[in-house]
Amino acid sequence: MRRLHLGTEGVLALIILGLGVVLSLTTENFLTVQNLFDLLNNQSVNMIFAAGLVVVLIAGGIDISFAVAASVVQYVVMTLLISIGGGNWLFGIALSMAIGTLLGLFNALLIYRFRIVSIIVTIATFNLYFGLLMVFTGGVSIYDVPDWLYYAVPLIDLPATRGSATLYLPVAVMAVISLATGFILTRTGFGRAIYGFGSSPEAARRSGVRVGLIHAFAYGWLGMCAGVAGLMQAHIVQEVVPNALIGQELPILAAVVLGGATLGGGRGSVTGALLGVLLLAVVQNGLNLLGVTPYAFRMIVGFIILAAITCSNLDKLLPQRAMAREARS
Amino acid sequence: MGDIALRADHVSKVFGHSRVLDDVSFELRRGEVLCLAGENGCGKSTLIKILNGVHAPEAGAVFSFGDDTAIGHITPREARARGIHVIWQDLALFAHLSVAENIVFDDYVANPMRPLSYRAARQQAREVIERLGVQLDPDTRVEELSIARRQLVAIARVLRAGARIIFMDEPTASLTRNEVRTLLDLTRALSAQGISIVFVSHRLAEVLAVCQRVTVLRNGKLVGTYPTEGMTQARLSQLMTGQELNLVPRQTAPSGEPVLELRGLSRRGEFEDVSLTLNRGEILGLTGLLGAGRTELAHVVFGMTQPTAGEMRMHGKRLTLRSNRDAIRHGIAYVSEDRLNLGLVQSQSINMNTAVTVLGELEKPRGFLAPWRVRALTAEWIRRLGTKVSDAELAVSSLSGGNQQRVVIAKWLATKPEVLILDCPTVGVDIGAKAGIFEIIRQLADDGMAIILISDEAGEIWMNADRVIVLREGRVSQELTPADTTEESLEEIINA
Repeated sequence: MRRLHLGTEGVLALIILGLGVVLSLTTENFLTVQNLFDLLNNQSVNMIFAAGLVVVLIAGGIDISFAVAASVVQYVVMTLLISIGGGNWLFGIALSMAIGTLLGLFNALLIYRFRIVSIIVTIATFNLYFGLLMVFTGGVSIYDVPDWLYYAVPLIDLPATRGSATLYLPVAVMAVISLATGFILTRTGFGRAIYGFGSSPEAARRSGVRVGLIHAFAYGWLGMCAGVAGLMQAHIVQEVVPNALIGQELPILAAVVLGGATLGGGRGSVTGALLGVLLLAVVQNGLNLLGVTPYAFRMIVGFIILAAITCSNLDKLLPQRAMAREARS
Repeated sequence: MGDIALRADHVSKVFGHSRVLDDVSFELRRGEVLCLAGENGCGKSTLIKILNGVHAPEAGAVFSFGDDTAIGHITPREARARGIHVIWQDLALFAHLSVAENIVFDDYVANPMRPLSYRAARQQAREVIERLGVQLDPDTRVEELSIARRQLVAIARVLRAGARIIFMDEPTASLTRNEVRTLLDLTRALSAQGISIVFVSHRLAEVLAVCQRVTVLRNGKLVGTYPTEGMTQARLSQLMTGQELNLVPRQTAPSGEPVLELRGLSRRGEFEDVSLTLNRGEILGLTGLLGAGRTELAHVVFGMTQPTAGEMRMHGKRLTLRSNRDAIRHGIAYVSEDRLNLGLVQSQSINMNTAVTVLGELEKPRGFLAPWRVRALTAEWIRRLGTKVSDAELAVSSLSGGNQQRVVIAKWLATKPEVLILDCPTVGVDIGAKAGIFEIIRQLADDGMAIILISDEAGEIWMNADRVIVLREGRVSQELTPADTTEESLEEIINA
């Protein structure tokens, strides 16, 4: 009696595909290599955030400080790099990861040691990080970023209708981080233990799962992703603006939830999170191409999320009956 | 038989000022099914935790395992190495993970870094499931399974972890009769494989059916270990409570005028064409297997769900309930089967739990909630129901099961109902306290309340109901009077 089971990821992929077909037919520019590459180039930063955030959600937590943490990383890294005379890609990425991880671990420490709910902790650190950043920078941006960071790094260059279509470095970084996260989550015992912990913390504790380690990893990993995302964002816009990323946390959270993660923990996947980001991006892209006012975007995102959550909850109303049936048989 | 699997002597445990266990001895033979019996708070759970290494006993205890080792206490690691496992009542499974992943979960913890394939997990899970001889799809998520099947997953999990001694904490509490039977068969099959099983259960009939011996604790002391052969339920409950329970069937009084009538009441997919009359001063037993539609019917009468056909009448007038607030207004009260989650707000005080159904009343006429009126109400009900409470400001979770149930009943009696529906009112309640609860129920009926008593324990129904309605797959299959039948034949009718 098993029915066709696509999972959240499958449904999302179908919807994106459907939207793609509609947009290809109604607009001239959607189905061009250029547009698709741009979509990826533009979304790589959000996708890196999403890959990190999904780990925290699977572990049953939530983090809204990551976008601000990324801004802090940008600023600290850039200041350090300038003070040592420039640095290079390797050093820049390593430094971003390290500082991002530290900021994430600080969340984990507060949540685990002081038993505070993650949303409260990260609301606090969200304000703390952003406040510190504004105080120390006075809101001043950094424009003279090092040369290696300033120039775009093309990876793939294809001839296109107008000039050429190029895929840049952030997309590759996003791919590496997503694959690594996906591997840890699905192909290691530790990853499965994260799902287990998110699904039932008490059962996991009794099974001998090291709860502190799970917290440290989840928030640390998100911090690391945020650090890298911050560096990539600075690279793309060629400057560091202290309040460039604040406000990004909620749309990314929404995208990850759209991708099948829940605030209850134990569910979600990297694929789903990436598709969630992609879906919102395609919708936005399509609205742009169709000439709809950008103000409508947030409204439509709201509708999409409500519709998605309602549909998935409709499904949850069924099991009770299924169980009753099973109990009788 | 005769081989010792686990032996513990001189086990004591002190928590704060109270001596929870006092020089208890425990012996488990290889391949044996042993029952650990005793009322709530007798020290059963503490003993299990000591034998599993969760708690350390006071000095002087000696543990041995049928070989030459004798140690002063068991560490969790030692317990695992000796194959000692507990399946707690909550099963401690991972709802969002598949059956296979739940079964191999301990591998994930032991080898966090080893790359793994789901296929291997599924294969290993299949092997254990086969060894258990049950039907389970390794790819199903645990959240989609019934409690009985989740239990199988939990058993498979400890088997795979190399269990040789399994403690099962109240394994039958939320199972239907058939599922209990399956579990008991499974228990016997495991013991035939040389696995020793310790069964903790309140249901004495099961205990006697499946166990070879029963170890009884009372107030932290060992009463003794007895063979179950020749043991009766009455004798066992006497050993557990330390007092003679004189259980007498209810003397049926002539019932009064009809209060509630159901005519062809149906709710699609749940129950069909149920007609019954409930009279003043009567206890109407409503029984049947879990899933026969008992609770579903109660939900409709309490206005929680709407019928799809048929009608209800109260005092001859047609009754339409749009919500349970309507039902309460009409004098209908419903004591839920799930006391822990639905019946009480565990973290709130006994006062607030008692007053919660009548907060609106208590606010009249001045429009604010006077704490002294809440306290007076609670004190009144504590007195009338004989609830043992040291301080009504304490969280209700501090009370024993029997006393919690009294608080639930009190909060519904506070609404001054004419019709009281009690859904499995003695689940998780000690034997001694059960008798007290039924005394209250009988008294209420004698005072003129119309009561529907839902239960799947034939004994309870037979002892306390004036009339019995047996549901089967959502339909009334039989209506009878306990006086005209025996407890055994009622049991058979329910399970037919």
